[in-house]
Amino acid sequence: MPANARAGDRQWDWHTPAQRRLRLFGTLATTVFLAWAWTHISSRTTWGFVRDAGVQLQDMGLRMFPPEGSYLSALSRPLVDTLHIATLGTVLGVLIAIPLAFLAARTTTPSERVLRPLALLALVTSRSVNSIIWALILVVLVGPGLLAGILAIALRSVGFVGKLVYEAIEEAPELPVTALRTTGAGRAQSLAFGLVPNVLPVMAGVSVYRWEINIREATILGIVGAGGLGMALQSSIDSLAWSRVSVILGVILGTVVVAEWVSARVRKGLA
Amino acid sequence: MPTEAARAWRPPPRIANASARRGLWIVATAYAVFALFTVDVDAARIAEGAARAADFFGGWLRPDFFTRWSDIRMGLVESLAMTVVATAAGFVLAIPFGLGASRNLAPAPVYAGCRGALAVFRAFHEVLVAILFVAMFGFGAFAGVMTLVVATIGFLGKLLAEAVEEIDPAPLEALTAAGAPWASRIAFGVLPQVMPRILGLTLYRLDINFRESAIIGLVGAGGIGATLITAFARYEFESVSAILMLIISMLFVAELLSGRLRRRLL
Repeated sequence: MPANARAGDRQWDWHTPAQRRLRLFGTLATTVFLAWAWTHISSRTTWGFVRDAGVQLQDMGLRMFPPEGSYLSALSRPLVDTLHIATLGTVLGVLIAIPLAFLAARTTTPSERVLRPLALLALVTSRSVNSIIWALILVVLVGPGLLAGILAIALRSVGFVGKLVYEAIEEAPELPVTALRTTGAGRAQSLAFGLVPNVLPVMAGVSVYRWEINIREATILGIVGAGGLGMALQSSIDSLAWSRVSVILGVILGTVVVAEWVSARVRKGLA
Repeated sequence: MPTEAARAWRPPPRIANASARRGLWIVATAYAVFALFTVDVDAARIAEGAARAADFFGGWLRPDFFTRWSDIRMGLVESLAMTVVATAAGFVLAIPFGLGASRNLAPAPVYAGCRGALAVFRAFHEVLVAILFVAMFGFGAFAGVMTLVVATIGFLGKLLAEAVEEIDPAPLEALTAAGAPWASRIAFGVLPQVMPRILGLTLYRLDINFRESAIIGLVGAGGIGATLITAFARYEFESVSAILMLIISMLFVAELLSGRLRRRLL
């Protein structure tokens, strides 16, 4: 409740004076920062090209239509590759993420001093580097193609899946584990029967959700040479075959929509 | 006849429906076989890459911040400016889209239009949008800003609509009953209920936009990504390593700051 109301002068006010000062300062700082950022962008923009954008869009539209329908058959292989990159990458990522999650969770980690910070660092690093940058690195290491894409998706998924699973492990009730321990079950046994059943739905749900994100990401990894639809897209753009670009964009849109639908269905079934 | 061994306890199957369980195994096995035959891995190329890996990780361990420092600094500042402008513009534009996409506020045609627009904004990966915008607006930061604005509208608009659909309808009803005009109903009946959550999500999006600004540069949309791809193209792995370390540490600091700010807002 605002505190600045006096008897006889009962005007309702949303904020206290201290809040008002803080908000004024925040607004000013944000405005100055925004103004600086905008002038920076503006000074590095060739406005002639921006004014021209409508013409460019029209031009691009004309080149894209009609789409070259016969190119569709050539896309089946890149499409299968894209699905492989997303699916195998997710499977590999989850396989790496689950042990890391057990090391990172405060309730299950074998050593709080050494292994837990290391596992957390691995998860943060994995999450901070975008899959397309992982792909850029891996294309140098294992050569262009499917494998680089699969590994890139896996490396990026580890952080995402690992973080959500370790949080689920920490939030899971400890009572079943304790109960099993008191009956004489070993450490592994008590985790397998007291903890895993509680976090398994989260693991499955998070994996399916990551798979959906990975489908979207796998469609573009080819731009840096990691196989799939992105590779076809890059070569079509390089050869200015815009009527093929529109076909590829259509296939990408269809794939993403279907993947989203599948993922939503499966997660609904899991819940 | 049940023997003693058959009566031993077994954990119940995780998927209760037996045909669903079997179906899942069949699909998984079929896919594994299919993948085994269609994924080809070039062992010779990997062996060749292993030699390069030493080179690469050698560079990784010797980050070089200085040789390309002016380029790296320019890229980072540009990424920062892009992130700030795009998040602010995206936030402002997401509000009408989000309100329009709320079933409890908007009439059916507006609802369908806004939902459709938000779905399209979210369907394509930022890199694909960036390719299109670079062709439209020319190389550089402006195309990047436009890309991030579109992605931000798609993200915040959808979440705003979901938040608005879950609000407590009582304040809104009271305002309507008192005869408040539409703008006042939104300003006093809807926004106070959703703003804390949306501001938190905007901070989160600030974080995402900075991350994304590092990759849309790969296709010519400015920012630190442009510097990164140039360093890659020249095999200057020491600079690549320095850039990635700077990105990771800036994101780490941003995560700490936004976490603190979010706690104060909520």
